[in-house]
Amino acid sequence: MKKFTYSTAILDAYNFLLKNYPEVFVIGQGLWSPWYVGNTMKDLDKNFGKKRIIDTPVSEAAVTGAAVGASLNEMKPIVVHPRMDFMMYAMDPIINQAAKWSYMFGGQSSPSITIRGIINRGGEQGAQHSQALHSLFAHIPGLKVVLPSSVADARDLLIASVLADQPVIYIDDRWLYDQEDQLPEAKEINLESINPCILREGNSITLVGCSYSTFLLKQITKKLIKNKINPEIIDMRIINPFHSELITNSVKKTGRLFVLDGGWGPCGISSEIISSAVENVEPKFFKSKPARLTLPFTPAPTSKVLEKEYYPNEKKILNKIFKIFENNL
Amino acid sequence: MKDSNSKEIDSITSEKEINIDNFSRDELLEMLSKMILIRNAEYKIAKGREFGLVGGPVHLGVGQEAIPVGISQYLNNQDKVFGAHRSHSHILSLGIDLKSFFSEILAKSSGISKGMGGSMHLFGGSVGFCGSVPIVGGTVPLAVGTALASKLKEEKVVSISYLGDGAIEEGIVHESLNFARINNCPVIFVVENNLFSSHLNIKLRQPKKLTYRFAKANDIESKVLDGNNLTSICKTGKEFIRRCRDGEGPFFIEALTYRWFGHVDWREDIDVGINRSADDLKYWKKRDPILRLKKSLLKENYFGENHLINLEKDIQKDIDNAWVDALGESSPEWNESLDYVFKSNYK
Repeated sequence: MKKFTYSTAILDAYNFLLKNYPEVFVIGQGLWSPWYVGNTMKDLDKNFGKKRIIDTPVSEAAVTGAAVGASLNEMKPIVVHPRMDFMMYAMDPIINQAAKWSYMFGGQSSPSITIRGIINRGGEQGAQHSQALHSLFAHIPGLKVVLPSSVADARDLLIASVLADQPVIYIDDRWLYDQEDQLPEAKEINLESINPCILREGNSITLVGCSYSTFLLKQITKKLIKNKINPEIIDMRIINPFHSELITNSVKKTGRLFVLDGGWGPCGISSEIISSAVENVEPKFFKSKPARLTLPFTPAPTSKVLEKEYYPNEKKILNKIFKIFENNL
Repeated sequence: MKDSNSKEIDSITSEKEINIDNFSRDELLEMLSKMILIRNAEYKIAKGREFGLVGGPVHLGVGQEAIPVGISQYLNNQDKVFGAHRSHSHILSLGIDLKSFFSEILAKSSGISKGMGGSMHLFGGSVGFCGSVPIVGGTVPLAVGTALASKLKEEKVVSISYLGDGAIEEGIVHESLNFARINNCPVIFVVENNLFSSHLNIKLRQPKKLTYRFAKANDIESKVLDGNNLTSICKTGKEFIRRCRDGEGPFFIEALTYRWFGHVDWREDIDVGINRSADDLKYWKKRDPILRLKKSLLKENYFGENHLINLEKDIQKDIDNAWVDALGESSPEWNESLDYVFKSNYK
């Protein structure tokens, strides 16, 4: 089977959607330029025409709003924000309009829009070019928030998002783009059926992450096993709606919970995962207090020296997990 | 001292009867009926609000009826219309069922938005009304988007974006104008310039009272009109809608008008509106779009006084009946509320 990267899997999703669904079009800034979105959109404008791949002025709010409008007129637009920091300009079309549209009109009209926000961190880019804001959107009723971590999910969850009949925030992370894996035939999955999944079964601790954090958790598996820790690893995949069942059952089995998130801690997805476990798992099952590792509660630094301290790394993660085993209840 | 009587406004608006040449009796009568229906329905809502029958805020457009009636005359049910917080007239002019409309104002489950919207969130898919929301300027890019979709689908469908002089001050509107222009979207921006954003007069918010300068800045063809002159709205509406269907959009209409009620609910806001005076209200009531049309029709002998009295009686009867029926409807059930969050949940 041919090997794909995470980024070419996204490209594969676009090709599948544009080929099979004439109502799909893609709109956003920089879509006719190769360097904005890596190779995730390579040559799409050449292959499908500039009418379906629309490059835009720097007008995030109007462009996102126009895509919401187009979806109300039977199209299936994908809006691309090459850096999700700029999505802040589009908060009204996303949070006030798209997310509320179905509810406030009694389910009679629904924007079937996909908004792709790309997380683009590191490289001394600083506070306004480095944000992972998935938790912000997961707070809003009416938005589905999808975060693929695997190569196959990068493609199949994008297809599922676009074919769904509601607003979806699809967030991919540039730090995953070079990840390689085999890619089976594209499939159409109903977004409603997307749940977190167990990537590795284990019995001594439940590790939960999404997007790049899941990748990091996979990276440390061997070291944990060497230290006689047999982890169960769960990839969230979708954080709104929040599905707690898999995590609850896993924690009942392992008695320990560690959450890794590339966003901030307060009011973030890590808070939600831990509070749902505490609410749903009887205290007697816990062998240790749940723990998490998130970004320090500061904006992203620019300096390379500070960046090294800022983002989670193998050593920091392992130290946190080892501590859980020291603090048995 | 009299704010409204600036030369600029005086030169555009008038007290005089209006020119009804080139319009048929039936067409004018139909539009007059719609204007009376809208006005009296809004008076009904105003009373309902004052007496506590309507729970949420209502933004009334009494005095502004000519604009949506003139525009809607040339639209069909495939066209896409968006409004904002003051949109009773926009959806009523498209011919929405009156009882379902009142039911929504009263937040009943048989309402046009299933009782989930109330006065500020109106929906009428069957008449081409895509939605109205109270976030000022919020639907402007959405109308551009439905127009973009029409263009991509190569359909001769027009989108209408109703906005006010307050919404013009939102950044998203300017992005939308530019985006619509560079993509030649078949959308018409209809600015109902009633000189007030909530409580504040436009002269305290903008360097000029007219907003069409923003259309000019974005290279969009525009016209400034007396918004209380039905046939003038009709003429421009008809032309721009036809040219939009032929792929010449976007266009921008600025219609000068005035609301007789204050920003919200049944009061006149003479006391709270900054630079809103009793004199102004009197000045504008002389420019009543309905009265001016009636005068022209009577003068040209299109019908007599008695005909007019009977027409108004019939309309009032319809309004009273629809209101009473709507009052008797039931409220939405709590369990529906969760179902509506996502369309896929809606059974």
